[in-house]
Amino acid sequence: MKYLSEYRDANLVDALLRKIKRTVTRQWNIMEVCGGQTHGLVRHGILEMLPEKVQMIHGPGCPVCVTPVSLIDKAVELCLHQDVILCSYGDMLRVPGTEMSLQQARAKGGDVKILYSPLEAVEIARKNPRREVVFFAVGFETTAPANALSVVRAKQLQLSNYSILSAHVLVPPAMEAIMNDEETQVSGFLAAGHVCTVMGLREYEPLVEKWKVPVVVTGFEPVDLLEGILMVVTQLEKGEYRLENQYKRVVNSDGNRSAVGLIGQVFEYRERDWRGIGEIPSSGLFVKDEFRDFDAMAKYQLTVRPDQTDTECLSGDVMKGKIKPPECPHFGETCTPEHPLGAPMVSSEGACAAYYQYSMKS
Amino acid sequence: MNKKPHFPGNCPASLLDFDTITLGHGGGGKLTQQLLNSGVFTLLDNEWLQEQGDAAVINVKEKMAFSTDSFVVSPIIFPGGTIGDLAVNGTVNDLAVSGALPEFLSLSFILEEGLNMEHFWAILLSIREACATAGVHVITGDTKVVERGKGDQIFINTTGLGRVHQKADLGMQRICAGDAVILSGPLARHGIAIMSKREGLEFETKLESDTRPLHEICQKLIGTLGSSIRLMRDPTRGGVATVLHEIARQTKLGVDLFEKNLPIEDEVGGACEMLGLDPLFVANEGLFVAVVESDQAGHCLQIIQEWEHGKNAAIIGAITEEHARNVVLNSTIGGRRVLPQTSGELLPRIC
Repeated sequence: MKYLSEYRDANLVDALLRKIKRTVTRQWNIMEVCGGQTHGLVRHGILEMLPEKVQMIHGPGCPVCVTPVSLIDKAVELCLHQDVILCSYGDMLRVPGTEMSLQQARAKGGDVKILYSPLEAVEIARKNPRREVVFFAVGFETTAPANALSVVRAKQLQLSNYSILSAHVLVPPAMEAIMNDEETQVSGFLAAGHVCTVMGLREYEPLVEKWKVPVVVTGFEPVDLLEGILMVVTQLEKGEYRLENQYKRVVNSDGNRSAVGLIGQVFEYRERDWRGIGEIPSSGLFVKDEFRDFDAMAKYQLTVRPDQTDTECLSGDVMKGKIKPPECPHFGETCTPEHPLGAPMVSSEGACAAYYQYSMKS
Repeated sequence: MNKKPHFPGNCPASLLDFDTITLGHGGGGKLTQQLLNSGVFTLLDNEWLQEQGDAAVINVKEKMAFSTDSFVVSPIIFPGGTIGDLAVNGTVNDLAVSGALPEFLSLSFILEEGLNMEHFWAILLSIREACATAGVHVITGDTKVVERGKGDQIFINTTGLGRVHQKADLGMQRICAGDAVILSGPLARHGIAIMSKREGLEFETKLESDTRPLHEICQKLIGTLGSSIRLMRDPTRGGVATVLHEIARQTKLGVDLFEKNLPIEDEVGGACEMLGLDPLFVANEGLFVAVVESDQAGHCLQIIQEWEHGKNAAIIGAITEEHARNVVLNSTIGGRRVLPQTSGELLPRIC
């Protein structure tokens, strides 16, 4: 298959692995920011193939994992007690709230629909003028343009029964927060390819300069991941730090300007609470005042309080790269996909789920 | 057995008095009789149905296989099939992979008030067609109608009875380390064809469901290779992965799966990438997994590949004493990882 099989080619993978082994002389800790990359590394068995001197640290790039519990509780309440049709991406369904997940809310009679696109939610609102429809807008910069578009579209259609519950988070502030952490061991980053497809490259330049850390924008297939790792290791071994783009077939330096424009039209940047990590300045997208009729937070007068730290779940330490999932005492014991203590065990991009499902060692 | 009775291709006028199924069609009175006489009995006519007794009476002297399944698929009419032929082929195939030649079926409908009569007719036609192809007779059945909102248009239950091949010696207990695992064709076709038509998910594809009966090829394999065929399973809901996990769990042996040998059509692979689904977990209908004694694996593969739907059959794995109770996938790029078990509903991914 074009653009897929070439990037899963065993010979290319083997050649890249040999190059990495030849290049590396000392211990490096590289963080892959995106949960999709974590799954790629584990699913293809790459972690076991890398030399011991290259340690991958799994980053916070799972939007579902960092969505505050209180927002999930709001979504549950909207569909159970306010007769709202709650629309969501599939990933969000199993994530535990304080009392229940959206999947459990659905079993209790809540009207929860799994969608691939927020524009489908707008269509549902159009067809059901007597019902309120809320789209749970979760994701990084990747899903934000489509979610913004749904608001613009609903406004064009003059719908009064559509709103979004925005849980959007942004990648660069999270990378900044990781570097700001005194205990961080990250020596280089694989930046998230799809986020950069939308946003372009430039917003990573200040991070590279400030922390003198190599950042390589990387794709998700085995050849992409290994090439990205090789590019980071090569810089590190030479004592260099630059912003590089491995994922050139998809990412250009300007990104997708119309998508970025849509984000700016509908959302504004504010401080956001990240589940397990805490508050990060300018890391969240909130619906602008001019679109407040389409903002579920305003419409239902919802307030979000900072999360109480999950007493048992160590997801914050996992997402900051301080521990690997199997090092958590609950992993596979009191925390499983069927009975999760935290989101990373159930999200399709969560690091704990990746290890639990695929790892030979677990 | 395969002769096709004459039947009208269009929905009969007496049924078209109603656009839709009404509660009266399940009341046991005149409307029920009309529905049965103009529809089911006309299309599926045979000596047992003509009796119209409370039970069909049959003679059974040999070793028989007996299986039941319920069908709730949505949409009820999809590319390549309907819930009707799925209900016939599903039970036929459960018997087929158990080494049996399917002979008799029961057929029970739970219809929702408001079901489009033309759709019901199309489903009946597809049932008739599937029965003729599989050589089975529907000899008993039932029709109930539930109020609107209490069902999802139509649910079907079929139960089947089939004669077990004398040479069949199938079972989990017969599987040994070293046995080969063969898949009869490209995977995930049915699930993707269904998803392409789900509300809110429509995408353009020419893919059709692979629903089809498997009795002929299964009988041929057992007739030719006898006890060298250790086990056969049709990987429907839960996909190929779920069958492999059942094998690992029940035999307490390991399964090695070779990703590069997995037959996947480009269009199915592309749709799975787009939807964030692993084809190993997507449902199939006209496919089977066979565990075969290693000496006979090549011969078995050759027989399947000569079958009209088997040209892409492949040896996809091997039974091993290593990693007991686990399925390990050997990835295309040379990595190894555990194949996870699904923990319930298959959910699409965000990005």
